[in-house]
Amino acid sequence: MLSKRIIACLDVRDGQVVKGVNFEGLRNAGEPAALARRYNSEGIDELIILDITATLEARRALADTIRAVARELFIPLAVGGGVRSEADAEAAVDAGADKVSLNTAALANPELITTLATRYGSQAVIVAIDAKREGDRFAVYARSGKAAANRDAVDWAREAEARGAGEILLTSIDRDGTKAGFDCPMTAAVSSAVSIPLIASGGAGGLDHFADVFTVGRADAALAASIFHFAETSVRALKEHLRRCNIPVRL
Amino acid sequence: MIALIDYHAGNLTSVKKALVAVGAQVFVPAAPEDLSDAAAMIVPGVGHFHATRALDARWRDAILASVQAGRPLLGICLGMQWLYESSEESPELRGAGLLPGRCVRLRPMPEAAMLKVPHVGWNSLSLRRTDGWIADGVPDESQVYFTHSYAAPVTGDAMAITVHGEPFAAIVERGITAGVQFHPEKSGEIGLQILRNFVRRAA
Repeated sequence: MLSKRIIACLDVRDGQVVKGVNFEGLRNAGEPAALARRYNSEGIDELIILDITATLEARRALADTIRAVARELFIPLAVGGGVRSEADAEAAVDAGADKVSLNTAALANPELITTLATRYGSQAVIVAIDAKREGDRFAVYARSGKAAANRDAVDWAREAEARGAGEILLTSIDRDGTKAGFDCPMTAAVSSAVSIPLIASGGAGGLDHFADVFTVGRADAALAASIFHFAETSVRALKEHLRRCNIPVRL
Repeated sequence: MIALIDYHAGNLTSVKKALVAVGAQVFVPAAPEDLSDAAAMIVPGVGHFHATRALDARWRDAILASVQAGRPLLGICLGMQWLYESSEESPELRGAGLLPGRCVRLRPMPEAAMLKVPHVGWNSLSLRRTDGWIADGVPDESQVYFTHSYAAPVTGDAMAITVHGEPFAAIVERGITAGVQFHPEKSGEIGLQILRNFVRRAA
């Protein structure tokens, strides 16, 4: 049976992981390769490196980070945050990324989805959608949640699939950072509208939140960053909990 | 030296990296004639079966001749599908024909409406045979990473099957020809074990 995936997100700035990382016994906590190694040994299914800087110097540092992480890991690795063009995607793939995640660039230039899907295959193209509830619809935002895209998340996900996207990474702006749980109704609405996998993001705060998003939320994968920084919520502990809930996981 | 055949169906970086990690020496042949320098061959690939048209008659003949000469062959994902006679994804093309059968689209049953195609993620292997070499040391129920929409039928060549709505061949082997539907270069330690088995067979 296909396992539900747990994906760890590394927010990287200037070659360092920046979101409050304080693993016990991990001295250089900000070093992405060390963190990736730790997650891998705990059984993470996939990693995503999100570049949260935009300068040219930082971009070169990003390629070094990707190379360092990819060198020793043999699980899927995605890169997002700074992918604005075919050249950016090429740099990430050449450094060892298996997938690139497009967000603002895909909204501004949907053709980029098709260009990259044709060149690298749909499995290499994630379209990331940041959305928040507005009335009874799910409004898409670009530029890290700052700019309304005047699109509905369900429609945009369908279009992204039609244009060649291989996966959708859906982040709830309302829930992001709240630890109040994933927005399961929104996740279910988008997941049911497409046949490609849906990765849920935003709001993970406890083990049951993951169980909910895989059942009620119909997500195929769930992404989290800060929750894994608590020593009591290791990737393994999360997966053992999910297995007890009869949710298929890789242990 | 293991020949990693590049027919522009996806990126070879990960496969190359994983092979180097298990101690193999790898080269990418520029022309079919270069296969004469290879101890073994890998046909990787991901994407649409139509991409295999780049494996034209010259490549095909060179690969088949090398297998005939005793050099092991491993097909990965799309490369495994190419080992068969054909695929319904591109009915006008023919595969290598080293394995009998035709690849078909995964069809999750209606009652399993939550199953999606493409089949993406970690799924388990059910071992069917233990008399071969490619799955040596791979425990039953091991999980490996898949990303595909088409798959090979379960025939006598299947060493392991995986179920996504219906069963399909996940690891196959016939003599010195082997194939894996998943990505060993992205399947953690189990994937590396399979690559090690291939490299050992090639030595």
